[in-house]
Amino acid sequence: MRSHHDMGGKPAGPVQRSEHDYAFWEKRVDALLVLLTRKQRMNVDELRRNVESLGADAYDRLSYCDRWIQSIAQSLIQRGVISVDELGRKMAEIEQRARDPGP
Amino acid sequence: MSTPRMNPVAQRFQPGDSVRVRHADPPGHVRTPWYIRGHTGVVERVCGSYPNPEELAYAHPGLPAQPLYRVRFLQREVWPDYTGGARDTVDIEIYQHWLDPA
Repeated sequence: MRSHHDMGGKPAGPVQRSEHDYAFWEKRVDALLVLLTRKQRMNVDELRRNVESLGADAYDRLSYCDRWIQSIAQSLIQRGVISVDELGRKMAEIEQRARDPGP
Repeated sequence: MSTPRMNPVAQRFQPGDSVRVRHADPPGHVRTPWYIRGHTGVVERVCGSYPNPEELAYAHPGLPAQPLYRVRFLQREVWPDYTGGARDTVDIEIYQHWLDPA
């Protein structure tokens, strides 16, 4: 069965040639991947596989770097570098910090 | 970190050889685009041998290394409704285990 990401040759309309400035978090995602691959905590093939595994809806909806960070998280969980619980708690902590920036 | 040494898979094709991309449909991480499976092209160059990304994608070593080829296809053969030049081509890098002699 043809995977959703394997879309070469399907009708897609004109190529969007515009560039955008990268947000700070997008640069962080890139830096994170460079560090993780250099330290051999994951590889780019795992990155690709987990991007491909997002499901068609998420694949189309998420931005490029959103796909990457979702995939990085999956890869690190699969390798046991981080746990689901650890990630969930950290995400909640950061959401709380965003809501309540403190004094 | 040292990687385990293992001789690469023997190279089966040379530049100029006609090859046919296997018409396989395995589940999992695959690097051979859907649109080129089953098509016939010509080996343009040998790119070297590399650990198999289909295995690396699952954190396996991907050894022995697989020869990788740049294969050239005629656009009009790949796309039946192609309206560009008759000699236009598309080059795709394909691992040896996806290729049969044509």
